[in-house]
Amino acid sequence: MSMIIARDLVKTYGKGSSLVRALDSVSLEIDAGQFTAVMGPSGSGKSTLLAVLGALNTPEGGSYLVDGIEVFSLGQDQRADFRREYLGFVFQSFNLVPYLSLAENVMLPLAIKRLPKKEKLDMAHVALARVGLEGKEKRLPSEVSGGEQERAAVARALVNQPPILLADEPTGNLDQANTQRMMELLKRLGSEGMTIVMVTHSPACASYADRVLNMADGRLQGEETGKALAAVCG
Amino acid sequence: MNLTDIALLNLRRKKAKAAFVLAGLLTGVATMVALMGLGSALTHEINHKLEKYGANILITPKSDQLNLSYGGLSLGGFSFDAREIRQADLAGIRKIKNSANVAAVGPMVLGRTEAAGRPVLLAGVDWNEARILKPWWKLQGKEPGPGQVAPGAEAARLLGLTTGSRVKVAGRELTVSGVLEPTGSQDDHLLFMPLASAQEILGKQGLVSLVEVAALCKDCPIEAMVSQIDQALPGAKAVAIQSVVKGRMEAIAHFKRFALGVSLLVALLGALVVLVTMMGSVKERTGEIGIFRAIGFRSGQVMRVVLTEALILSAAAGLLGYGAGHLAGELALPLFSQDGGGHLAWDPSLAGAALALALVCGSAASLYPAWMASRLDPAQALRTL
Repeated sequence: MSMIIARDLVKTYGKGSSLVRALDSVSLEIDAGQFTAVMGPSGSGKSTLLAVLGALNTPEGGSYLVDGIEVFSLGQDQRADFRREYLGFVFQSFNLVPYLSLAENVMLPLAIKRLPKKEKLDMAHVALARVGLEGKEKRLPSEVSGGEQERAAVARALVNQPPILLADEPTGNLDQANTQRMMELLKRLGSEGMTIVMVTHSPACASYADRVLNMADGRLQGEETGKALAAVCG
Repeated sequence: MNLTDIALLNLRRKKAKAAFVLAGLLTGVATMVALMGLGSALTHEINHKLEKYGANILITPKSDQLNLSYGGLSLGGFSFDAREIRQADLAGIRKIKNSANVAAVGPMVLGRTEAAGRPVLLAGVDWNEARILKPWWKLQGKEPGPGQVAPGAEAARLLGLTTGSRVKVAGRELTVSGVLEPTGSQDDHLLFMPLASAQEILGKQGLVSLVEVAALCKDCPIEAMVSQIDQALPGAKAVAIQSVVKGRMEAIAHFKRFALGVSLLVALLGALVVLVTMMGSVKERTGEIGIFRAIGFRSGQVMRVVLTEALILSAAAGLLGYGAGHLAGELALPLFSQDGGGHLAWDPSLAGAALALALVCGSAASLYPAWMASRLDPAQALRTL
């Protein structure tokens, strides 16, 4: 069953001769629990696609359904609610709030939920433990490594238990060991039933996905499986 | 963790910026508190001084005859030959509704007589009341007792009287107990005696020509008191000495207007500090706000975080500003007070006003930055990271 259905998404930037078609009639369907990687060179439109799928950006054309919800028919507040309930974000630059501890960062999506403080804290600890950061709850982002910051960002994306995880170059700032660890974590989350869409320009990272979509010039150019890519990349 | 926690954690983390906003608002509030406190203290002092300044109600016998003046004050008319006021009736003044505001009641009997062969105006006064009613009177010598007289400076000069000399008044040998120093008023031309002695000489036993009443105090209902005295003394007419009352009111109102104006100006500057700092803070936190929006904060919830920070700082500025303003007022009071002393009273209503001013200024100045924050496009905001 398709969790994500996008049809003819069009997104442009600029005007006249400087007009750039970041998304040019992009259509895709992603099943629930599928780990999908979107690959392509810089400027191919993959990050714009992720922003649109994350309801952070509104396209000029096309439709977008998640779990049967027409996302772009929602108002701004409803879209915020949709992001909170359905989506978890992991960004390349970690995007942790610097003055909050790792546990507090993970609790951010729960801040607007009416839950007891203890319950929120417990949920944050569980999420941090799930990404292997137990014992570092009280550390500030500046007090842990880049790999740990990225895992904390994943924990924040997971704490609300959303069905979809959107990851934009999640290993872009990580070394090889942390990259491998992060990809194994995402693979595990995918195998646990989470729908994952990851943007990457790394074939090695994309090889962890069930499905790899190739993008160029704002269009989807074809797809392959992660296994096939792994075989090609060695 | 909730939205308030996020606001608190941000303030805790960015202490310097928070301190700057706090200082801006605190300065405004403290200025307001100091000036208002000084205003109240000085008003109290002015009232106190004006109470000492003398009579502000004059009671004269009802008369349809010529108008006279006394002490340069334009008042209702009285005539020496008209009806007098019965001294026994004056007890009624102490029984009026606002009798608690009556500081002194000074009866005076006036009459023409002769001294050292020259016509003079003889005035009998109650010296105990005169001390309150005419604190500027200074005698070279002593207050007159029975068989004694105290001439005004001009009368003493014209009659050649000095302290200890003797003078014949209405055929009686009297001793000059003291000479009144020049006052610049009609008093300089009179001969003063104790009330009973003057009444006897003038043949007006139990009668008085006019009565001066001191009823100056904060918020005294002068006009109401005049009306009450009129009712208590049907044969007399009470008149408020408007120049004194108006002068007092104008002095107080002038200072209060000045204090309010300066307070509002400084509060406005404080609000501008908050506005500029909060705008800078929102700009600096664009990426962070993008994260909030991406993880599902509604625009109103982002606004609440920014406004909560402003309100926390404003409340702190209001409370600390009251304390600082009170202290500043205490320190500044000797510079403004003629007495060089006194103190500012802790005023809960002023504390409430200080808190309200800080909250209103802080939240009003933060509304626009908060609105800006809530309107940030999350995709664009995240790009700043």
